[in-house]
Amino acid sequence: MEKMNIESLDKIGAGTAVRIVTIEAGSGLKNRLAAMGLLADVQIRVVRNDGAGQIIISVKNSKVILGRGMSHKVFVVEI
Amino acid sequence: MASSKPIQKLTVALAGNPNSGKTTVFNGLTGARHRVANYPGVTVEKKEGHFRYRDYELNVVDLPGTYSLTAYSTEELVARHFIFEEHPDVVVDVLDASNIERNLYLATQLMEMQVPLVLAFNMSDVAESRGLRFDLKQMEKLLGARIVPMVASKRKGIDELLEAIVETATQEHTNVLTLHYGHEIEEELSKIENLLREHGEVFPEKYPIRWIALKLLEGDTEVRDWIKEAAVCEPVEASREHLKTVLGDNTDILIADRRYGFISGACQETIKDTVQSRHDTSDMIDAVLTNRYLGLPIFAVLMFAVFYSTFKVGKYPMGWLEWFFGWLGAVIYNSWPQDTLLAVRSLVVDGIIGGVGGVVIFLPNILMLFLGIAILEDTGYMARAAFVMDRIMHKIGLHGKSFIPMLIGFGCSVPAIMATRILENRRNRLATMLVIPLMSCGARIAIYTLFVAAFFPDYLQGPMMLLIYFVGIVLAIVCIQILRKTILKGETVPFVMELPPYRMPTLKGLSIHMWDRGWMYLKKAGTVILMISIVLWAAISYPKPAAERLTGLDELQQQSVALQFSVAGHVGKAIEPALKPLGFDWKIGTALIGASMAKEVFVSQLSIIYSLGDSEEGLEALQGHLQEDYTPLQGFCVMLFCLISAPCIATVAIMRRESGAWKWAAFQYFGLTALAYVITLVVYQTGRLFLG
Repeated sequence: MEKMNIESLDKIGAGTAVRIVTIEAGSGLKNRLAAMGLLADVQIRVVRNDGAGQIIISVKNSKVILGRGMSHKVFVVEI
Repeated sequence: MASSKPIQKLTVALAGNPNSGKTTVFNGLTGARHRVANYPGVTVEKKEGHFRYRDYELNVVDLPGTYSLTAYSTEELVARHFIFEEHPDVVVDVLDASNIERNLYLATQLMEMQVPLVLAFNMSDVAESRGLRFDLKQMEKLLGARIVPMVASKRKGIDELLEAIVETATQEHTNVLTLHYGHEIEEELSKIENLLREHGEVFPEKYPIRWIALKLLEGDTEVRDWIKEAAVCEPVEASREHLKTVLGDNTDILIADRRYGFISGACQETIKDTVQSRHDTSDMIDAVLTNRYLGLPIFAVLMFAVFYSTFKVGKYPMGWLEWFFGWLGAVIYNSWPQDTLLAVRSLVVDGIIGGVGGVVIFLPNILMLFLGIAILEDTGYMARAAFVMDRIMHKIGLHGKSFIPMLIGFGCSVPAIMATRILENRRNRLATMLVIPLMSCGARIAIYTLFVAAFFPDYLQGPMMLLIYFVGIVLAIVCIQILRKTILKGETVPFVMELPPYRMPTLKGLSIHMWDRGWMYLKKAGTVILMISIVLWAAISYPKPAAERLTGLDELQQQSVALQFSVAGHVGKAIEPALKPLGFDWKIGTALIGASMAKEVFVSQLSIIYSLGDSEEGLEALQGHLQEDYTPLQGFCVMLFCLISAPCIATVAIMRRESGAWKWAAFQYFGLTALAYVITLVVYQTGRLFLG
């Protein structure tokens, strides 16, 4: 069983694999993220998170940089 | 004639994600035979290439790289407009085969548009090395399109792609595949389709009805604007609400989800994944290049290398060009028949050859710079650099990538403004372009050197130089913040960017990139620069003083009198009252007019005014004259004014070209001049209070 602690992505340390639960953003942005493979139920991995500034995640076979503010709107659970 | 069949013209549109290798495929198809323009009305670059293949005349159009085809960005709108309005015979979607699921998302949207589609599975070698095995026959069936595996960087699969393009273009499209979005969504879709059929007049007829219905359901902003008919709009809203209640999310996300569902269904059946771990090498390189402590020094070293090659290596071909144009001018001057049409000689030698020389002289810089940038981009490093610089640049309201053009600005504003193309966000790009002239360019070093040496003791010369550079940087930061809070305001766009995989750049890709930029510079900016150069030449050459005013004067004195008598000289004198509060007189005013051609001209103009010519000894004597005529405070004010005011005409021309409007070039020109005036005024007047 996975732990059901929902947290925003910016709190997740590097090297952790997570599953996206929901993204709280406007329609246009959510759509853009979806086009890059980021939408609910997708598994991603945090590659870099220095506790400040942008974070890098790995989704499917690509890496994506997210702004800090952006990562604050992505809610995930650890798997 | 081998073939009696008439030549058939085919238009091919190339779509694909950023970083999918689309440009490499384009180059592979068209070679160097292509031209670059902008899509009408927008500053999105359009590359087009014509060539013959068998009995066909192919016109390949490179669409902007996008992840989807929504109305969210200009690039996506441009791509989908082209597809619907121009009706290409085939759309080739270039996909990164090693990241196939995400790349197929765009393909599903092309299928929705019901276009004849060919899928180019690029970088299939990388996919293979990652352990991916495709059942292409089965996949073609599931996706309803021809699939061509290729390695564009090694020219593998180009012929097969051409073959597939021709076949797809010439065969009838009977079985266009339709994506199904599940029972609930399909039900609403067919309701909307029926409504649209009843009200057939409300949308452009080139667009398929199912696509319009789908976009309405998604809430696509552009399509919604087309359809104002309440009899359609209201039921659409009801459907959207209904689906949201039943399925628990916004319709656009639901539909995106279904697209991925379709993709993963198709992939599960056709792709075998034989190796588990990925990203190993790439992760290791990233760990070094984006390291919290190593990232910045590495970036600094690479930037230094780009800067060095741009201005130090570029210096040699620049020298040769300078020599060549000087030689050409001298040859014409000397072989000109004595005393005939001297005005034409001056126009040809000083106006045209000088003007053309002034344009071409920047070319080595621009080529070297864009070679450097192309290497950084094509290897995948640029995105990492943006990540490294972002924390610093974020604080001043800019994107990490803005750092690169600003740094280049210390060499020359012209390539720096062209380099802002690496910024995707338009407001960010405009803000960066507008402040670039505040970075002291190489040409201004000539002015600074003269004035610092003339007015300040040895121990103050270094600090004064630093101070003037520093003033420029601080002003740039302040201006950016003001711009971002006023005319270039806008929600700070939430930042999302793909980190491209590391790749070895190809020589062909790099040289095409470099050549495109160089050519664009020559063609677009060059013509404007040349025109204005000739006008300015006329302004410093005419009208000529009467011959008797020159009698008894040596050649240098004659030049001085002639300049004073010219339009520039008159204007310099006329604006003296306006410049007086800044501590400037007509001599500086006249030199400033010359400096709008190129900043370094300021120095040679001053030499001419003082009847010194612009030789080495002349410059030393000039320092002496300046000390006699002006105080150190005035000298500093001249430096300050030259730093901030009126960017040179090459900058104005390139600003017009890159911003897409004279409006921005004029805003920059007059805005900076006004700023220079105010700041110099304050400094001079305050300085006088303290220094007497």
